[in-house]
Amino acid sequence: MRLIEQVGKWFDARLQLGDTLRETAGHPVPRQTASWFYVFGSGAFMLFLTQIFTGILLALVYVPTAGEAWNSLQTLNHAIPLGWYIRALHGWGSNFMVSIVLIHMVQVFLFGAYKYPRELTWIVGIFLLLLTFGMAFSGQVMRFDQDAFWGIGIGASICSRVPILGPWLVHLLLGGPIIAGPTLSRFFALHVFVIPGTLLGLVALHLLMVVKLGINEWPMPGRIVRKATYEQEYHALVKKDGVPFVPGAVWKDMLFSGFLLLCLALCAAYFGPYGPSGQPDPTIIQTVPRPDYFFLWLYALLSLLPPQLETPALLIGPVVGILALLLLPFIFGEGEKTWRRRPVAVLLIALVAVVFFTLTSLASHAPWSPVMDAWSGDPIPPKYLQKRTALERQGALVFQLKQCHNCHELGGQGGKRGPALDAVAVVKTRDQLFRQVIQGGGNMPAYGKNLSPAETTALVTFLVTLHPAGQAPARDASRAVVSAAPLANKP
Amino acid sequence: MTLPENMSRRVLLMKLGMAFNACVGVVLAIPILRYLLSPIVSGHKGAYPRWLGLGPLTQFPAGQTRLGTFVNPDVQPWDGATARSACWVRRIDGENLQVFAINCAHLGCPVRWFPEAGLFMCPCHGGVYYEDGTRASGPPERGLFEYRYKIENGNLLILAGELPTPGSPTASLVQIGKFPCG
Repeated sequence: MRLIEQVGKWFDARLQLGDTLRETAGHPVPRQTASWFYVFGSGAFMLFLTQIFTGILLALVYVPTAGEAWNSLQTLNHAIPLGWYIRALHGWGSNFMVSIVLIHMVQVFLFGAYKYPRELTWIVGIFLLLLTFGMAFSGQVMRFDQDAFWGIGIGASICSRVPILGPWLVHLLLGGPIIAGPTLSRFFALHVFVIPGTLLGLVALHLLMVVKLGINEWPMPGRIVRKATYEQEYHALVKKDGVPFVPGAVWKDMLFSGFLLLCLALCAAYFGPYGPSGQPDPTIIQTVPRPDYFFLWLYALLSLLPPQLETPALLIGPVVGILALLLLPFIFGEGEKTWRRRPVAVLLIALVAVVFFTLTSLASHAPWSPVMDAWSGDPIPPKYLQKRTALERQGALVFQLKQCHNCHELGGQGGKRGPALDAVAVVKTRDQLFRQVIQGGGNMPAYGKNLSPAETTALVTFLVTLHPAGQAPARDASRAVVSAAPLANKP
Repeated sequence: MTLPENMSRRVLLMKLGMAFNACVGVVLAIPILRYLLSPIVSGHKGAYPRWLGLGPLTQFPAGQTRLGTFVNPDVQPWDGATARSACWVRRIDGENLQVFAINCAHLGCPVRWFPEAGLFMCPCHGGVYYEDGTRASGPPERGLFEYRYKIENGNLLILAGELPTPGSPTASLVQIGKFPCG
């Protein structure tokens, strides 16, 4: 024991860090901030350190070239003992880190911690969030499977829409004219050097400000932030009712970090690593690329925005959003901190959360995408074929063969791009069905050129049978009037 | 010469040192920038696309649309499968063809040809195109990208080698899709 003490003293005599560290660790924080609400920042930091560690472990094997990256992941998954587990830890660690960073941000926002004098802490935090997303996206590229390959294509297509600079940005992003070796190499440099390096620097700055300015006090209704008096009030509060950070508050941070790490270990063990999906071969077109979880909302948005709105939304939306976040502490730098007196802030968070989860859940079953193999894989329910005429069954055949099933559901199977057709005869008459099939419209392609008159007749005859038992098919009332009229007008 | 009060010899030397470093920094920045911008400079004025062979024309029967593959011109030995690209070749009749990029005009996902329906469908955001590449439905604002082609000694060649995107120079090679009403 005495030896350790002596060695410690030897080092401290040379490093001269002991006093600073003791002072930092023991700096007083308001008693109420030793709370379970204040553990997310340290949790995010711990996850970041874990990502660095598991990332280095992966880099021992991973080959960052377009030709070999996918193969090296197969080796990690199948040939190296527990290689799959390290990949799972890194992949799930990414999900955990993005989640905790977002939760941290929501907590900071709702507790008014961005107000004076912590504006810069908030701004650095915004950049930390953006860099975290940058890590998540470039990490998805590292997997270099089909999802990653076409994901970069989407990124390039978005860049190409920037006025004037677009084509240059695409070449800069891809490192050349196509998605290939240089593309993966530059994303590797970003993912392994540039972004984590910047993250480390900004995290240090973020932490320094937390220590220097003091942690945000627990917001109380009526405790108003005023620039003139805030610092005085804060110091009085800390003096009156403060506890040293170590050990007064730190034990909760430690317990939470440990809990996160345990959850991560269990998730990784239970769910395993992400992919890789198919080989990144651009000539393999039997692929349905999907982004990782935290970009699903964007994927849904890009499918659902009206085409004319898309480019402005893509190019202006992020700029406005980021600017709003950066300006927030300057516009609302004073006033009430507590969320109990900030209903707009609470509603805003609720709105963002609802939008995020709605879009994400929509994206997980992607109703806008045709089901590419429904025409050959999903049969027509037998009840729609029983007791039908030959022509009607021929129509069912046309329905499958012409791939109508890829976009239209029957009996709960098939695409959701267009409406389900189980009761189409109730809403459309025979003539309307003919018109719809031949001319299309309402986001449906026109099939006039691709169906012979005989095929169209068969298809519509089949569609007319699709109505629930006991519910009559739609009929054209004017027909009855027209056909009855000559009789009525007879003198 | 009289020096201002705060301009001692040492302060002057320090400022000289800063200026010297700034100059060296600028001199160093020029080659670094040129290195970083090389993908832009190399592709200046549409230098990337080249005439590339898709194989004999007989591979593409008249009245059909088939997948053609080619190797890109600007590739590295370590590119692996990504050196290759694909396109859809629609041979209408004789030497009358259309060669479409595989990339959806929306955000670049690979469109698939469904011969029975006579449609190209995109698996990502649900773009659909007719057999002649015009937009049928979904988020794309335009028809499919079309490559220029020529036939030499019975071989089909296309002018390609750059990822076609809505803003790229290759877009000028491309027909603008019609917008059917509805």
